[in-house]
Amino acid sequence: MEPIVLNYQVDGEDFSTAGEASSAVKKALKQLGFSPDVIRRVAIAMYEGEINMVIHADGGEATAEISQEEIRIILADRGPGIKDIDLAMQEGYSTAPEEVRNLGFGAGMGLPNIKKYSDELKIESTPGVGTTLRILIRT
Amino acid sequence: MKLSKVKELLDAEILCCDGALDCEVMNACGSDMMSDVLAYVKDQSILLTGLMNPQVVRTAQMMDMKCIVFVRGKKPNEAVLSLAEENGIMVMTTEYRLYTACGLLFSNGLYCEGVDKV
Repeated sequence: MEPIVLNYQVDGEDFSTAGEASSAVKKALKQLGFSPDVIRRVAIAMYEGEINMVIHADGGEATAEISQEEIRIILADRGPGIKDIDLAMQEGYSTAPEEVRNLGFGAGMGLPNIKKYSDELKIESTPGVGTTLRILIRT
Repeated sequence: MKLSKVKELLDAEILCCDGALDCEVMNACGSDMMSDVLAYVKDQSILLTGLMNPQVVRTAQMMDMKCIVFVRGKKPNEAVLSLAEENGIMVMTTEYRLYTACGLLFSNGLYCEGVDKV
């Protein structure tokens, strides 16, 4: 199978549309015949990342590179960046505002959850410049 | 348990995808915090919640859930329902509170032995 690249702009203005890119990737993986376990891991990891982009960074760009052996998800934003990545990786640590918690998110589980469901997670972040998440899931 | 039995136990009203009433479900979870649903839930087919926004449907979709039950008589707006419809997720609403609704399903046998601790 030739690698397939899917690219999406994530709108940071509208919380109600967050998850559209993850939903589209999930549907594509289903059509391509990946196992339900792989599809769910990709869907959850990407969705958590997409929600983070909307909550913290006014959106950004989401890319999925799909091949037979592995799926790579790249989430790049130009948001405020993560000051302390080790702290952000701790379960329960969150900088999300109260209104985000009222929407059911911001429990400080996003990044730890992405790590849990992926085989590799790389975070590049520069305060004031932006954050890029590289998520690898082997099939 | 069939979703038709869930509807009966919760005295619920179906808001979309009533074609799934024959669908079998093995487990459920109740939460208003979608972050926790994404982090801790595994193979649960029903999400009971009092939270009403499209991300409830998105969360259920990512977790391959079959049904969302809105508790405390809550009825979501058209945007939420059409997103659920689009993804084939049944939506019900019940007058029961979250604790009671979960208790009714649990005490009638909707649980899997030994998989509940995180």
